[in-house]
Amino acid sequence: MSVPFSFDHHARRKLVNYLFVALTSGATLFAIAALLLILYSLVVNGIGGLDAQVFTLDQPPPGEMGGLRNAWVGSLIMCLFAMIIAVVIGILAGTWLAEYGDGNKLAVVVRFLNDVLLSAPSILVGLFVYEILVRPFHGFSALAGAVALAFLATPVVTRTTEDIMRLQSHALREAGMALGAGRGHVIRNVIWRASRSGLVTGALLGFARISGETAPLLFTSLGNPFLSFDLTHPMASLPTTIFQFALSAYDDWRELAWVGALLIAIAVLSINIIGRTLTRGSISK
Amino acid sequence: MTFDISQADQPAMIIDPPHDRILDVKGLDFFYGKTQALFGVDLPVARDKITALIGPSGCGKSTLLRCLNRIYDLYPGQHAEGQILFHGEDVLGTRRAPGGLRDKVQLAVESAPPIDPVEAEGVLRVGGDLARLRARVGMVFQRPTPFPMSIYDNIAFGVKLHRRVSKSQMDEIVEDSLTRAALWDEVKDKLHQSGLGLSGGQQQRLCVARGIAVEPEVLLLDEPASALDPLSTAKLESALVELKDSFSIVIVTHNLQQAARISDYTAFMLLGRLIEFRPSTDAFVAPETEAMRDYVTGRFG
Repeated sequence: MSVPFSFDHHARRKLVNYLFVALTSGATLFAIAALLLILYSLVVNGIGGLDAQVFTLDQPPPGEMGGLRNAWVGSLIMCLFAMIIAVVIGILAGTWLAEYGDGNKLAVVVRFLNDVLLSAPSILVGLFVYEILVRPFHGFSALAGAVALAFLATPVVTRTTEDIMRLQSHALREAGMALGAGRGHVIRNVIWRASRSGLVTGALLGFARISGETAPLLFTSLGNPFLSFDLTHPMASLPTTIFQFALSAYDDWRELAWVGALLIAIAVLSINIIGRTLTRGSISK
Repeated sequence: MTFDISQADQPAMIIDPPHDRILDVKGLDFFYGKTQALFGVDLPVARDKITALIGPSGCGKSTLLRCLNRIYDLYPGQHAEGQILFHGEDVLGTRRAPGGLRDKVQLAVESAPPIDPVEAEGVLRVGGDLARLRARVGMVFQRPTPFPMSIYDNIAFGVKLHRRVSKSQMDEIVEDSLTRAALWDEVKDKLHQSGLGLSGGQQQRLCVARGIAVEPEVLLLDEPASALDPLSTAKLESALVELKDSFSIVIVTHNLQQAARISDYTAFMLLGRLIEFRPSTDAFVAPETEAMRDYVTGRFG
């Protein structure tokens, strides 16, 4: 029996198709619109106060001239320290999970705990570091802040490292081993190299995760109205300064808070773009 | 057409090669976990000849090949039983050296007392570790696997593992191995560009060059041309025929014409067993066993 061409059926499929395209593009537009709106309000409110003084002067008392030097320098120092810790631990842990974790019960546990940590409320991390690094030493410190941030960035780096290394083909590993290289040698010289752009992306994602974190810093690095390079003392950071200024009653402080927010947004955006551009470059050295 | 499974239980039909055997597989069983994939395989590999392994998918050709350099060792749960003699010593008795401390371990193994007194002599001769074995039994895979580094460094990678050579010596090795793999003319002006930028056929010849740069005695090839177009295949094949003067080659192939074109000996496998082994000159015209006859005439597989 031949099946006659059914216009109804065809039309229905087309309709469903249009509906889905409309839904997905709608959702995409919605997400992009939200992002653009955030960026728009940041630029509108922050661009007016963005000048050289923001970078060169420390935070002012209310009503006086000043900038955010103590805050951005503090943020940079703590984020860099946090990323050093996170990249070293994260890449090693991710490598272990990807290369030696198969059929290993400990790996299952580690992976699960890492996923838990990945979505752990950052304020809990702040409290935890407060208990182990602030209270015992009777003082807030930049080091405690960096450690708290590292706790948040490490799981991101671990996860992306494992994912990206699992994407590398078995054939590539076997090819290295077949030349007589040891497993570690192949991992370090072939697999890491092949995963390089993914590893950089992981570090960038980790950095993006921590650069705007406020909660874990409130209990650890506290904040500091003056420029400080001493890791054992409280240190200012952009997010805590924004938090403090945005809630204040002074218009000039609130304006600086917008500028700070714009700075963080620009920094994260440009680091992402730089990272992507670098990793897209040729693989030959 | 189905194949009568009882034929697989008959003893293998092996015509001994009148040449030196560089590798001699004897009664090899192989297991993926609890699943047995090879059943008492015997395979002589003649020195400086090309041996082709043919047979339908899943017959164990690649598995057999992967035993010869113990590459299966990478995967826990896979193991082999039997004997694979290489210069009179059992490859399966070779000890695994942990990766990172390769050099130290190599030295330690050399001076360490042998584990098994029966195989002591042999184990010591390959230095007792897999790195040494694989330096002498190289492998090229089905898909090209260039490392993410320059063409030059791809070749240097293996060489540096086993020998300390000067820059000028390395230049020579790189040129020599690329020439022997019939790739030199195409890449001599871009040695420091990424190996990933080459075409599939060039990548595969780069992998051959990388393999022979280590100066192995045996080269294992696992369907090296299956991902290549006819022209690239022809280039690869002519390179292989040139190479057999200095290397003993074992090649797994699904392409019977390829086996007939380039190999000196052909082994036919079925269901994890070696059914027939004979000179390629008559393997395709006068196979002894019905199974091989059916296979080479295209009646199954």
